[in-house]
Amino acid sequence: MDKALIPEGVKRCPLPVFGLWLLFLLAVIAWGIYAGLTVLIKGLNVTGLNNYFGFGLYITVDLGIIALGAGAFFSGFMYYGLSRFFPKLKELHKIINLAVIVGFCCYTGALLVLLLEIGQPLRGWFGYWHANVHSMLTEVIFCISCYAIVLVIEFVPIILENRKLDAVKPLHVFGHNLHEIMAIFAMTGTFLSFFHQGSLGGVPGVMFGRPFAYRTGFFIWPWTFFLFTLSAMACGPAFTALICRIIEKVSNKKLVDRSVYELIAKITGSLLLIYLILKTMDTLYWALDTAPGFGLKLSDFYREPYGMWLLFAELGLCGVLPVILLLTPQTRNSNGLLFLGFFLNCAGIVINRFAMTVEALAIPVMPFDQWAVYIPTWAEWAPCIAMLAYGALIVSLSYRYLPIFPREKELNP
Amino acid sequence: MSGSAHSEHAESKVRYGMVIDLDKCTGCGACSVACQQENNVSFRPDESDKLRTLSWMTLYRLENGAGYPDYRAAMLPRPCMHCDSPHHSPCTFVCPVNATIRDEHTGIVDHVAVRCIGCRYCMVACPYHARSFNWWDPKWPKSMEAMLTPEVSPRMRGVVEKCTFCHHRLNLARDRARLNGEDPDSVVYTPACAEVCPTGAITFGNLKDPNSDVAKLAKDPRAFRLLEKLHTEPKVYYLSSAQWIRRQSDNGL
Repeated sequence: MDKALIPEGVKRCPLPVFGLWLLFLLAVIAWGIYAGLTVLIKGLNVTGLNNYFGFGLYITVDLGIIALGAGAFFSGFMYYGLSRFFPKLKELHKIINLAVIVGFCCYTGALLVLLLEIGQPLRGWFGYWHANVHSMLTEVIFCISCYAIVLVIEFVPIILENRKLDAVKPLHVFGHNLHEIMAIFAMTGTFLSFFHQGSLGGVPGVMFGRPFAYRTGFFIWPWTFFLFTLSAMACGPAFTALICRIIEKVSNKKLVDRSVYELIAKITGSLLLIYLILKTMDTLYWALDTAPGFGLKLSDFYREPYGMWLLFAELGLCGVLPVILLLTPQTRNSNGLLFLGFFLNCAGIVINRFAMTVEALAIPVMPFDQWAVYIPTWAEWAPCIAMLAYGALIVSLSYRYLPIFPREKELNP
Repeated sequence: MSGSAHSEHAESKVRYGMVIDLDKCTGCGACSVACQQENNVSFRPDESDKLRTLSWMTLYRLENGAGYPDYRAAMLPRPCMHCDSPHHSPCTFVCPVNATIRDEHTGIVDHVAVRCIGCRYCMVACPYHARSFNWWDPKWPKSMEAMLTPEVSPRMRGVVEKCTFCHHRLNLARDRARLNGEDPDSVVYTPACAEVCPTGAITFGNLKDPNSDVAKLAKDPRAFRLLEKLHTEPKVYYLSSAQWIRRQSDNGL
């Protein structure tokens, strides 16, 4: 049965080996579910959150994983939208399926973790019913759930390409027709993603009572709105490329042409460069104008363990360095440096999300108040790690049973 | 200090506010205890983790940082500031489900616990830490259950809560006014903290009524507000003749 489901002409590891891998992943997921149930039954008192740190690891991981999952919308936008004008982008066809699957895992995983994050999960639907149109979180709730549905729709035709499913004629026709109209969903996803990546940036940016997070902006949108969108575009495809490389290493196969990695390196490197320039301008304006307006100077925002090293790590080590690695032809030619560039790119964006979530809350706003430090508990780590295992599970199953890499057969004769 | 921030709400003739005289405050904590009892704020046998305690009226200890004999200390009671910033308060602006809203007729920032989803975005947005989260199910010793205030619903686990300027007392005062044939929109009432303060350090009333004590005190030369530079426009004013206290009210004031 297993062999009958594997795409024709490709090789996969023996079923027992794959079964052991799945068992490991399921064990991690079970640990996460146990932690999640503990949170749901006992309440958020089992976490490290408190009245100062209302947001913690759950939100940081959600923001990070949603930014990393942006490869789905941005690759789709480039392939279905921009490739008409820039034919070179058609190369992304070789990795677009993986981008969709990674995006699907990131968004559905983030939604599951969000369910634990709210104190009253059964009231989660209030976000639609009692929506406050002024709240950035409302925009996030609407856009993320809509986009998750779009990702499901985008994932369905990939699933229907499975050998056995494709043999069923109605499913074949349905899948084919979905493929035909996929550009519409890709564009819808792009529209939704631009907004929710931005509104995730708006979540800290609009907090005018929190000088570290607050930003001025354009019309109703703080600058973080645009910076979050741009940074997600810069790291999403890089994350997809990293996942692809991990699959290549684990399966010991070549799955996409190197030209795809090089194209992604050029795109993400350029976007990261633009992001860094804008982020530096934003940081300077915030440090020299916005914060002093609140009576604070840059050094007031940094204290160990949330020291200035975070800013240097975010903008220097994981900002300038990956730009150099991804945009310099010599370093791009080296596999090690290329993927180091992708990794640092992703790490920098995750540090940014951490800073805007946790560090922002550690800083005392009232002058007589004190710094606070947040330490997540196992009940927070477990669901987040389980979410990664869930993503690995979906990607593993998809790789084994679906023809997600169109060039696999030719590259591995 | 003139209360000019209230000009955006010209349509309303009522803006409830509070003035706390730090020169009179002894830090006895009666306001905090009365608030806890009046509003059915639950507590746990071990309240040593102050970052998880439920408190609507928190006392902060301020110190001037000098050594003996110049050392000085003061206590600063901090209720919700009921921010009057134009358009929205920091918390009402961000709540995704309209669970926390500002009544533009009274200026009171209220919290609808049964609508709150517990996302804690409001807590994160509030620079005064005026909001607490219910980390546990509310419980009282059996003997105390009969002493709970019947007009105030206890909040459930997983939602945020905060000072409401004893909103239930306002409702009772409005009901009394209606029965007496008076205008319910111009009633005067007293929250529990102001009622019990033994030194009369807390004054409460309508900031828009120029003849009210609270409006006069808000214009006192000793008056200041916390974090004025953030433009949250608190409706809680403090009085202090000590320069070092006033300096600690805002960054670089």
